[in-house]
Order: sequence, then C-alpha cells, then structure tokens
Amino acid sequence: MAIPLIELSSVTKSFGPVDVLKGVNFKVEEGKVTALVGDNGAGKSTLIKGLSGVQPYDGGTVTFRGEEVHIRSPRQASAMGIEVVYQDLALCENLDIVQNMFLGREELNAGTLDEASMEFAAQKALQSLSVRTVKSVRQKVSSLSGGQRQTVAIARSVLRNAKMVILDEPTAALGVAQTEQVLNLVRRLADNGIAVVIISHNLADVFEVADNISVLYLGQMVAHIDAKKTTRDEVVAYITGSKTPEGVA
Amino acid sequence: MTYTTPIATGHEGTVRDQFTGYLQRLRGGDMGALPAVLALVALAALFSALSPFFLTTGNIANLFVQASELMVLAFALVFVLLLAEIDLSAGVTAGSGMAVFQVLFSNLGWNWVAALIIALATGAFIGAFIGFFVSRIGVPSFVVTLGLFLGLQGFMLLLLGDGGIYRLEQAELKAIMNSNMPVWAGWGMLVIVVAGSLILSLYDRRRRTKVGLPTRPFIMLVIKVGTLAVIGGLVVGLLSVNRGQGMLAIEGVPIVLPIVLLILVIGTFVLDRTLFGRYIYAVGGNPEAARRAGIKVAQIRLYAFIICSSLAVVSGLLHASRIGSIESTAGRSIVLSGVAAAVVGGVSLFGGRGRLAYAAIGALVISIIDNGLGLIGLPAGANFLITGGVLVAAATVDALSRRRSGVSLTRA
Repeated sequence: MAIPLIELSSVTKSFGPVDVLKGVNFKVEEGKVTALVGDNGAGKSTLIKGLSGVQPYDGGTVTFRGEEVHIRSPRQASAMGIEVVYQDLALCENLDIVQNMFLGREELNAGTLDEASMEFAAQKALQSLSVRTVKSVRQKVSSLSGGQRQTVAIARSVLRNAKMVILDEPTAALGVAQTEQVLNLVRRLADNGIAVVIISHNLADVFEVADNISVLYLGQMVAHIDAKKTTRDEVVAYITGSKTPEGVA
Repeated sequence: MTYTTPIATGHEGTVRDQFTGYLQRLRGGDMGALPAVLALVALAALFSALSPFFLTTGNIANLFVQASELMVLAFALVFVLLLAEIDLSAGVTAGSGMAVFQVLFSNLGWNWVAALIIALATGAFIGAFIGFFVSRIGVPSFVVTLGLFLGLQGFMLLLLGDGGIYRLEQAELKAIMNSNMPVWAGWGMLVIVVAGSLILSLYDRRRRTKVGLPTRPFIMLVIKVGTLAVIGGLVVGLLSVNRGQGMLAIEGVPIVLPIVLLILVIGTFVLDRTLFGRYIYAVGGNPEAARRAGIKVAQIRLYAFIICSSLAVVSGLLHASRIGSIESTAGRSIVLSGVAAAVVGGVSLFGGRGRLAYAAIGALVISIIDNGLGLIGLPAGANFLITGGVLVAAATVDALSRRRSGVSLTRA
C-alpha cells in the first residue's frame, strides 16, 4: 500500500487535567475520502486543530509522506498543503467569488491587484471541480445559497494547491439537493488526488462519500474501517462505545 | 475532468445581456448610488422650478464650491464607514488641524507650507490615537470619537482662546475656494480625466484578453467614457461661462475642483486596485474571515482611521479657505452632514459597501438641499428638518437593501 499523506501515531493532547486525545493513531491517504466520526466530546475538533496547527499536539509523532513533521502554526500547515474548511466558512459576503477565493493571497501586477489572472484562476479551479451551480464568478457571496457558499469555500482550498482538505460538517446547514451537490464536490476533490477528511454527524452522508471511516471514542481511535466492509449499525456501535475492538481498551 | 463550458464572469453577452444583469443586481438590493443620483436629478428639477436663481452659472459654481468641503469630509468618513466604524470627531479634527496651522503660521511665524504639513500630521496623529483605542484596546469607535469630539473642542479653545477667530492671511490658501483656474486649464483637466479613464479601461480590457477572459462589448466602454466626457464637458462648459455680475469677469473652474477630483481618483484607486483597499472591504464585510485569511485586521483599522483624520484636516483647510478665517469653534456640526453625505450616496453604515464616488454624489445631494432651500427662503429650521429626514430615509434604504441582498448563513 502507498505511504499515507499524513499519519498520526499515538498523538496526545491535554487541557490541564483533562486528556482529550489519549494516544490516537490516524492516517489519511491521497485520493481517498476519510470520514472522522465520533460523538460530541470524542476529540474530533482537537484532532483537527492539531493537524491545522491551531493547537499543536502535546506528544506522539506526525509523519507527512513518511517524514516526521511538527505542525506548530496554521501558516505552516497551510504551507504543507493542509487546508481546513470550517463550518462557518469564513467568507466575506460583500465580496465576490473571485475576491473571496483569493482573500489573503491576492495576485499582484505592478503593485496593483491582478483581477484578470485571479478571475481566470478562480474559473479554472471551479471548473476542475466541475462546479456548474454558480452563475458567475463575479457574483457577490451574499447572493449565493448555502451550498454554493460551501462550494466557494472548498474551491478556495483547491486554488491554494491543497494536498489535504479537512471539511468540518460541510452539510450541516444544507437542504437535500445542496447536500448532494457538496458531497459530489467532496468526491471530485478526492478524484483530483487530494486527501479529504470529512467530519460529519450524518452517517448517511458519510456512507455515501467516504472510502474509510475512522471512529473516535473518548479520545481514542476505536476503529479505522473500510466503508464498503462495514454497516451503519457497526459504526454507531463504535461511536456510542457499545462495541470496542480487541487490543484497544 | 474539465468541462468545456466555463463559468460566466459577468462580462459575456451583448449590451442587452449586460443591461439585464444590471437590472438583476438592482433588484437584488445592490443599488449603489442610483437612489442618490435620482434624488439629485429630482432636487435639481424641483429647485429650478421654484427659484429662477438656482440654475444660474453663478449658483452652480457656488454649489460645487460649497459641496467640496463636505465631499472631502465624506471621502474621509468612507474609509472608516467601510469598516463599519464611525468617526464623530472628524469635524473637530479638521478644526484642530487648522488651529495648529494658525498657531504655527501666525503666532510662531512658520512658513505656511511647513505649517500645513504639521496640520496634516496633527490629523494623522489624531487618527492614530483613535485607531489605537479601537483596534488594539477594543473601545467602540463611537465612544472614542465622541470623547474626542468633546476633547478636541477643548483643545481648539485652549489653542486659539475663547471666541478666537483669526483671519486666514495666506493668499494661496484663500484662493483654493475663492479663485478660479483659467478657462483653458479647466478644459485641460477634462481632457486629462477622460483620456485617463479611456486608457485605464483599455488597459483592463487588454489584460482580460491576454489571459483569455471574455470582455464586455466594446460599445459599453465607449458609452462609459462618453458619458464621463459629456457630463464633465457640461460642468466645465457651465463653469467656463462668465458668471460675473459687474465689470470683472468671473469664469473658469474653481481651483478646489481639481483638488477634490485628485483625492477622489487616488482614493478610488487605492480602494479598488490595491491590497490595502481590498482588505478594507474584507474587514468591513467579515472581520473574522479576514483574520483567518491572514489579514492584519488591527493594522488595517489603524490605517483607515489615520487616513480619515488626515483627510478631515484637508476638508478643514477648504472650510477655512472658503470663510477666510480659522475659528476655535470650527467643525462642530459638519461631521453629521459628512456622515449623511456618505450614507445618502449609498455607503453602507454596516460596513463593506460603498465607494468614494457615492460619497461625492451624496455630498452634492446634501449641498443642493442646503443651497436650494436657502434660495427659496425657507427658514434654517426647515433645512435641518429636511436634511435629517433625508439621512434617516437613506439609512432606511441601506438597511432594507441589506436585508434584501440575501439570507446570511454566517451572521444574522
């Protein structure tokens, strides 16, 4: 099997006396969608914050393409190609799609904003994801639906040449049709060779899109299973703690 | 997996398509300065029907001169309004800058240029002071600038003395608002503006073609530059007619006009085409998103307040030039007119939306009300009532169009 893009082994994180991550193993492969599931308080957010450099881990090792790395800041994570799409998306509604996709990384030409090449690149990034739901790349974000906004936020990470995209509850606020659009987009991200981590409480979504499912239970990784070889009931059992694998307490 | 049909950019299609697109944006609540332009036309029609003096060349020149100091103050305020902040002290900052000028120039005998530079620096310092409290400490700008509104009045009184009024002696400074350029210079200014606009439009168009993006129909560029040329030509033409009543010919574009135009052009360039400008809009739209994108939000706020207060001093200079004196009570009431001008023009009080040109149109609306009501002889009380009503109406339009421009997922 190929070397995973990112592999965590026995990472730990505590906040004062509370051990949130108690030696977690986790791996993400390129071109695969890995779902990270677990009940509230299982440590999903803490795991993600470590990967994105917001809150570095206390212990354990992180390897990136087989080499050990220490992710200490969001800037560093971003430079490695790790992008997080947060639930609240962080878009400026008064700006258009191109301006949002390039926010903070604008391209310049003779010291001024190079709108033409940014527009072209944004167009290409959206096309590479086969996005056809937005009418114009110069639409203001305020005029977009929730699914379209999610699309813009995800496309932004593609534009930044992400190798790994972490999606935090991407379908939480969406209707049926829009959820479908976003899940298709997630699939295409992986088809383009990106390692995708999707955090979701919606197991239907997880089974529709994920290749692998990793289950966190009270700060421990209790399962890392192939989505095709498991059932909804088994995953629920791992999430609620009524089933534990051998060798893991 | 690349699809052959690219996503539109808003530049495709015929003139008709472009027009439909514009109408759609209007209906979506993105009205820009359109209400203000309509108000301007309606008010001009109303006052010219009510007063025979309104449409005289003398009054039109007067109107531009009166509006110019309000315009510059409104430009100043746009920079902080775009961040959803406010500067209630902009008017007294203007007065304070000129008070400093007065002390340096008259009392200490400085060269007027040096004194003016220090006056502008005083504005920048006041802006940095406000910006520090707002961006580093987190005090609401409303409170900091309300405090300064009182404090700077005291500063002026201490500098110039109770009831201090000093004549502005320097001829060059008095000329700004009271003298005109030669007629040829006015036309020259128009040629530069129109040619500049044409060159910039062609340059943008060429850059789009170069990367393979669609461009708008060429006729639209012609219409845009043509409209500018016609309106500009009309204004310069009217101002070039002799408007003197007696023996002396009074003709030509007032000197203040190119100054205001220069501030407008440079400011618009900064807001539209530089990183700083883009970040101002981003911070005004969603500070958290801006922060996560790596934008130094506090720094952007600080600079915006510095620009605002410095430009306010320029408006103070125009005011002093027009009335020919520097007073210890200057700038107390003009700041609300400045806010009104910006908001009437279509600059949003909620941040992130607006342009300097909108503020210029808004300033013309406020000035035309002032000017027209004066001509038809309504009492000053009516003037306040009507201007106040216009401000509330504009703020209502702002709030309604914001509600209309879509349900927000991230913020209510």
